[in-house]
Formats: sequence, structure tokens, C-alpha cells
Amino acid sequence: MWVTDLISLFQENMPMLTEETVNTLYMTFVSSFFAYIFALPLGVALVVTREDGLHPMGSLYRILDIVVNIGRSVPFLILLVAIQPLTKLIVGKSYGSTATIVPLVVAATPFIARLIESSLQEVDHGVIEAAQSMGASLFTIIFKVLIPEARTSLMVGATIAIGTILGYSAMAGFAGGGGLGDIAVRYGYYRYEGEIMLITIILMVVLVQLIQAIGMKIARKTDKRVI
Amino acid sequence: METTPFIQIKDLQKEFISQNNTVTALSGINLNIDKGSIFGIIGMSGAGKSTLVRCINFLERPTSGTVIIGDKDLSKLNDRELRHVRQNIGMIFQQFNLLMQRNVEDNICFPLEIAGYSKKEGRKRAAELLEIVGLIDKKKAYPSQLSGGQKQRVAIARALATNPQLLLCDEATSALDPTTTRSILALLKDINKQFGITIIIITHEMSVVEEICDYVAIIDDGKLAESGSVEDVFSNPKTEAAKRLVYHSNTTSNTPIEMKGKRCIRIVFDGKSSFEPIIANMVLDNKALVNILYADTKDIKGKAYGHMVLQLPENEVQADKIINYLRNKNVNVEELIDYVGN
Repeated sequence: MWVTDLISLFQENMPMLTEETVNTLYMTFVSSFFAYIFALPLGVALVVTREDGLHPMGSLYRILDIVVNIGRSVPFLILLVAIQPLTKLIVGKSYGSTATIVPLVVAATPFIARLIESSLQEVDHGVIEAAQSMGASLFTIIFKVLIPEARTSLMVGATIAIGTILGYSAMAGFAGGGGLGDIAVRYGYYRYEGEIMLITIILMVVLVQLIQAIGMKIARKTDKRVI
Repeated sequence: METTPFIQIKDLQKEFISQNNTVTALSGINLNIDKGSIFGIIGMSGAGKSTLVRCINFLERPTSGTVIIGDKDLSKLNDRELRHVRQNIGMIFQQFNLLMQRNVEDNICFPLEIAGYSKKEGRKRAAELLEIVGLIDKKKAYPSQLSGGQKQRVAIARALATNPQLLLCDEATSALDPTTTRSILALLKDINKQFGITIIIITHEMSVVEEICDYVAIIDDGKLAESGSVEDVFSNPKTEAAKRLVYHSNTTSNTPIEMKGKRCIRIVFDGKSSFEPIIANMVLDNKALVNILYADTKDIKGKAYGHMVLQLPENEVQADKIINYLRNKNVNVEELIDYVGN
């Protein structure tokens, strides 16, 4: 039986699969974390400095807008190779899971900034105006109105972002990036062992499903706009 | 001896400049508003009244002219000073503008957080305010769980949190039904009496001004058409804009037309006509009024069954025309003898 073969193959390779699943999750979550650290101020700046924003700064907005677009337009695999010197500078080597975090952060930051921008843009202008009428400062409006009011949309965005970063991390397998993608490339692409590749694909699908389900559940739980 | 008014709006002008044109939203507005009064600003939609109220707390910075509140000339303040002044001006809105992700209590605490009160002080004040607006049992509810009227009560509580001297209401009752509107207006009046807070009400509804305002200003096409006490302006409107507002809104409520006809008919709907507004069409097509004396319809599986008693016009020709009209529509018509007396 093909399925039982697959299961026994899975059991044989359990240690490796477990290790690389952990590596995938490690790359995904650490990258997401750092990407958010950079993307949050960037996304906020995009919303605040635009022409109809809370603190219009036309030229800064245009610069940020262009930078984000450039970041978004470079394909991940090319970016991964192109910034290898930077990766080496930061991590000390250009292969392995930790090294992959650098290009993942670089690639995900502009993408997440756009997600954050669109989430914050959804906040009702009337609520912002109400805060202004109470004498709230820009800082207060950002941290007490914009971000908390957009939290559901931000959570949904984070779920999408983490899923995408997980996909990117698998791509890094082509450049010795570690994780499940690495197994898929080594076994499926170089050694024509399709079954192992299939197992990694199944694992990735399960991971993405889990992330999606948990993310959406948190988003719904924290949303007070619906009863 | 003349005292200086609490709020002085002087030569206010507001232009919106976009790439290729300039729109003058307000020009030459001069108004004095006394402390403790309820001041209505009324105008058609697009007249500039919402812009005017935003100029009073400088949410919109006027292009020229100034606003003086108490002893502070807002046009001379920097951003930080302006924010400080705004902390002492409450504002409520048509769409309530509550923070949807905060519960009622935390919404009321929000202006207090901005003004730098401690959490404990905030909670205490929130409880007092919820008592005033009659929503103490909704303390932990979220705005999405409240009705429109309740949301506006929360918004009022929030606007009063910092004990402001002035409350701005921007179409605060326009999204509410008539009963709720009256209760919100009663609450505002109560607050005005209890705390002596000056209230400025922006509205397009005459009834709001009539119900609670002491003074009224009529804004038309970005200009101040007329202002004065509500009695003076409404009983003797001088400008075109004022007349348009005052008389237009009265034509619907004044002097009902008296029906004198003695002929009555009972019509029975057989179920086919529930989607067609027969009576309305009949009135429009025949240009004759009928009086509905009795009506009882039941909706059974989407069809209207039941009957209605109509009093026909005195004019015999018109009355016959109506009967024929209804028969042509396949409505069962039966003439009633002596249904109305004398």
C-alpha cells in the first residue's frame, strides 16, 4: 500500500522531519517578529504622512512609498542571493536557518508594511476626529486609536504575513536555507525521492492551516465590534 | 453693563484649496454665544454648518478670522496649547464615533487618559457620568451591543468626562428616531441646566432648535443669514434663507385638511394586490383625497388579505371616479350607508 509506505517513510525520517519542522517554525516566527518591528513604524508612517493623513508630509510619504514598492518588486529568491553579503555581515554565514532570517525579514518588511497600512486605513475617520476633538496628540491617536481599533484587521494581516513568510522560508531551501523546504529540495529535486518531498508538502500544508486557523480565531476573539 | 460673551466668532472665513479650485465654505461669520446658553446653528445640508462647528474647536483651522473661547484666542495658540483647550471642549457626533474595541467605561475614560487622569480617577468619573446618562448597567458593554440612542448617551458621557465648559453637537440626533431624539435632547437640556454648560447644536432639523435652543443662527451658503433668539427668528424670519427653513418645515404639520364627505366605502383586498400601493396610486391618479377610517389587513403567505373603510370626497364626481378606479383594479368595493354621522 502506497499510503502505508508513506507512513513508514515518515516514521523512518521522523528525527530529520521534526528537526526541520522546528527550523521552519523558527525561521517563520523569528522573521515575522523582526519584520513586524520594522514594518510597524513603516506602516504607521505611510498612513500618517500621506496627503490626507494625520500629519501630512508629502515628500517623506513619496520616498517611503517608493522604497516599499521596490522592496515588494524584488522576487524573494533573487533577494536572497543578492543580499548574501549583508547576511554574512549580520549572521556570519550565508546558509542555514538563522542566515535565512535576514533575507526573510528584508523581503517581508515592505509586504507587512503594506498590510499594516491598509489595516490602519480602515479605521473610521470619525473616531480619529473624536480623539482630535478631545485634544489627543498624534502619538496618542496612533497608539490608543489607530492600532487598537484596527487590531482585528492587523491580526488577520499577521496571519496572512506569517503564512507567506513560511512559504518564503521554504523557497530558501534552494540556497541551503534549512527547514522543510531544504528537505524538499534535497530529496525531491536533487535525488528524485518524490515521497519525502510529498511528506514535506503535507507538513507545510498542515502548518499553514494551523497558523491560519489559530490566527483567525484570535482575530475573532479579540474583535468587539460584533456580538 | 455689557459682559463679554463666552464665545466670540469674528470674521471667520474658511476656504478649501484643492489643486485647481478654491471653495469658500464659510465667509464673514460673526457670532457671539453667551455662557450657559443652548445655541442652535441650523442650515440646509452643504450650507457649511459642519465646517463651522469644526472651526469652533479648530479641528478645521479657519483661513482667516478667529474664535475666542473665554479668554483664549484659538488662532494665537500653538498645537500643544490648542490640544489643551480642546480637552475642555466636549464634542458629540452624528455617528457617535465611539471606540468600537473599547467598552463603555473605557470609552468614557478615554478623554481622561488624554488629559492625564489616573485610571482610578477615570473609573470613578465614568461611574458618575453613567449615572447621569442612565446607563450604569451598561458599564462593561461594547458599543456594538448598544442601540443608537444608548451610543449617543455614552458619547455624551464621554464628552462630559473632563467637565468641559462647552459641548459641541454635530448633528447629534440626525441618526436617531424621533422618540430617541427627544430623549437625547431632554438629556442635553438637563445637562445644560445642571452644570451650566454652554451647548452649541448643529442641525438641519427645525424641531431640534425649537425644542431646546435659546438662540439660533441660520447658515446659508456659507454665510450667516440671520441670528437671534429662537422666538424672534422663528416667529418673524427676515431673510429668504430663514423663511425657507421656517415655512418649509411648517407646511407639513399645519392645518390638516378637513374631510366633509359622507360617502364611505369598504374595500376588500383579495390577496393579489399586496405589492401594489393601491391607495397611494388612487390618490395620485385621481388627485382626490380619501380618509382612511378603518383598516385591518393580515399578511398570509405574502399576500394581503383584509379590508379598509375609506371616506370619499364630498364631490360626487370625484367619489364616483374613485369607486370606478378601484373596481378597475379588481378591488372589491362596497358602499357603506351612514358610516359617518351628522
